[in-house]
Amino acid sequence: MVDLLWQLIHDYTLRNVALGSAILGVVGGVLGSFAVLRRQGLLGDALAHAALPGICLAYLVTGAKAPLVLLIGAGIASWLGTLLIIQVTRLTRIKEDAALGIVLAVFFGLGIVLLTFIQQRNDANQAGLDKYIFGQAATLVASDVRLMAILGGAVLLIVGLLYKEFKLLTFNPEFAASIGLPVRGLNIALTSLIVVAVLIGLQTVGVVLMAAMLIAPAAAARQWTDRLSRMIGLAALFGASAGVGGALISVSAERVPTGPMIVLCATLSVLVSLLFAPRRGLVWEAFRQRRNRLAFRDRLRLKLPPIAKQPPKDA
Amino acid sequence: MSAELIVITTGLLVAAACALIGSFLVLRNMAMMADAISHAILPGLVAAYFLARGPNLLAGFLGATAAGMLTVTLVELLYRSGRVKEDSAIGIVFPGMFALGTLLVSRFFANVHLDADAVLYGEIAFAPFEPLLVEIGGATYDLGAQSLWVMGSLLVLNLTFVLLLYKELKLATFDPGLAAALGFSPALIHYLLMLMVSVTTVGAFAAVGAILVIALLIVPAATAYLLTDRLPRLIGLAVLVGVASAVGGYYLAVLIDASIAGAMATVAGLLFLSALLAAPQHGLVARALRLRRQRRQFAADMLLVHLLHHEGAPEQDQECALPTLPEHMRWERRFTDDIVAMLTGHGYAEEQAGNLRLTSRGRTQAQTLMGA
Repeated sequence: MVDLLWQLIHDYTLRNVALGSAILGVVGGVLGSFAVLRRQGLLGDALAHAALPGICLAYLVTGAKAPLVLLIGAGIASWLGTLLIIQVTRLTRIKEDAALGIVLAVFFGLGIVLLTFIQQRNDANQAGLDKYIFGQAATLVASDVRLMAILGGAVLLIVGLLYKEFKLLTFNPEFAASIGLPVRGLNIALTSLIVVAVLIGLQTVGVVLMAAMLIAPAAAARQWTDRLSRMIGLAALFGASAGVGGALISVSAERVPTGPMIVLCATLSVLVSLLFAPRRGLVWEAFRQRRNRLAFRDRLRLKLPPIAKQPPKDA
Repeated sequence: MSAELIVITTGLLVAAACALIGSFLVLRNMAMMADAISHAILPGLVAAYFLARGPNLLAGFLGATAAGMLTVTLVELLYRSGRVKEDSAIGIVFPGMFALGTLLVSRFFANVHLDADAVLYGEIAFAPFEPLLVEIGGATYDLGAQSLWVMGSLLVLNLTFVLLLYKELKLATFDPGLAAALGFSPALIHYLLMLMVSVTTVGAFAAVGAILVIALLIVPAATAYLLTDRLPRLIGLAVLVGVASAVGGYYLAVLIDASIAGAMATVAGLLFLSALLAAPQHGLVARALRLRRQRRQFAADMLLVHLLHHEGAPEQDQECALPTLPEHMRWERRFTDDIVAMLTGHGYAEEQAGNLRLTSRGRTQAQTLMGA
């Protein structure tokens, strides 16, 4: 354990991986909180998949493999996917789930076509584009982490500035519209921030598993509190812990890929929270139900002790 | 059978099988369950590979289907616990399962066939090279490409399922309340459908990979959904679009030397885009034209009523003068001219010394509009 901490401070690669994953965890947790509460958890999944053709096109057009260039391409493609989902849902009879699935699968399919097209051209420079599919945290270098930190900082700053607007949009969009807030603009802004979060995750967990980094920490945090501010803080904490934890486990064991390990850590945090969070935890609920059953039986025998308080039923 | 024909036939069998089931997924707003199942079968495949000590068709099928059903059940359990919403439930379960799958693959099977590429692209290009060998009485018979047998059976299975349970599926899809009241358990139909989705996904997985299965399940059905309002036609069109995507995708892939599965998804996307723009009823162009026609029709009616309202009144010359009409109607000059031209063109109104007057035909029409 101490050994691992020592490595964390002194090992260049591990430090980058852990820092990068932590940044991803924090940003994913913060934005995921809004996404989960707005029932848009799977949007991140679709947007992450939609980024792939952008990465390939950016490479085809510029011939450069600099992360910034590829991320700009990814951002544009992913943002186009967002607009498509929003507009198709708004203007046609296609429901949101189908719109998400269409954008996810078609954009990803196009990305695979472009990727295999690039790979067939036998140009030596292309190797490594496919790392964005599953992510390859071990290839993170200091400049990548700096880029992630800048993007993440910008996202957090914007969330901080528009906090009360986003909060209102999340819980009561009708009221937000009635007091004159630009609801559609705010919706696009919040979704665009999710695009940025996806970009941060591309190198670490890749497009396929990005959904977990948005949903899992937020869903776990939701079990512990009913206040948005606390939920966001907890989600950031869970996300960061999953990031660092996954990174540490993957270096200390052989042949354990970082991205999937981070996702498994995040999934574990959901599991623990679902079972053991105070008040909402399923274990406590089981105890409570048992106690209530016994109490009820006793009441029938006219002993009449008070019935334990019911937990909140809302999700 | 030539190699090319085998690949194309495999592709169109997969596409048809997916479209049949996908139609119900799209109509029941459960498209993303396809996403969840297709990702989550990976650990099932790995477990089957592990237990059968090698690649085994039947074991793989059983393992993956079991994993698919496990996912459906877990999502249902999470959702029913009331602690998370449905989309989050899906988004928690399948990345977890998929991460577990990739972890197992890279930890225990780093050097075997079951690699990331197979997961992503599928192996439809190799379909001609895997024959189905059957041993009867000591002699081994080569029955042709295995993929054709697997996908063909899948298509027959799905077709049987849809034909046998057609009215139950239809009822449970469009009116689950009535279905329940009539004694068809919606839960049973839900799980049966999910079982079919799992089986289909597993079959298609081998051909086109985990993620592009979603394209074949959802995109053709959504395209058909834009084109028709009748269930039988929707299913037929979905199959047609799926088959067209498979064949078109094959040739696109050959043309630019890229992944066949990816090209199939791309062509399906292009077909969807065409329907999105040009569908006769639900397309964006039709919608825009309809909105334009309705706006103009409403404006013409408004103007007729305006003319009737001021007819013979002292302010008529002011209210109905052509130069000031835009102000009174609060319309743009060009739009006003347009509507005036429409009314005079159809003989509802006429111009008299710079003023717009109703004709007798226009008066009757305006009175009808007023309900007089």
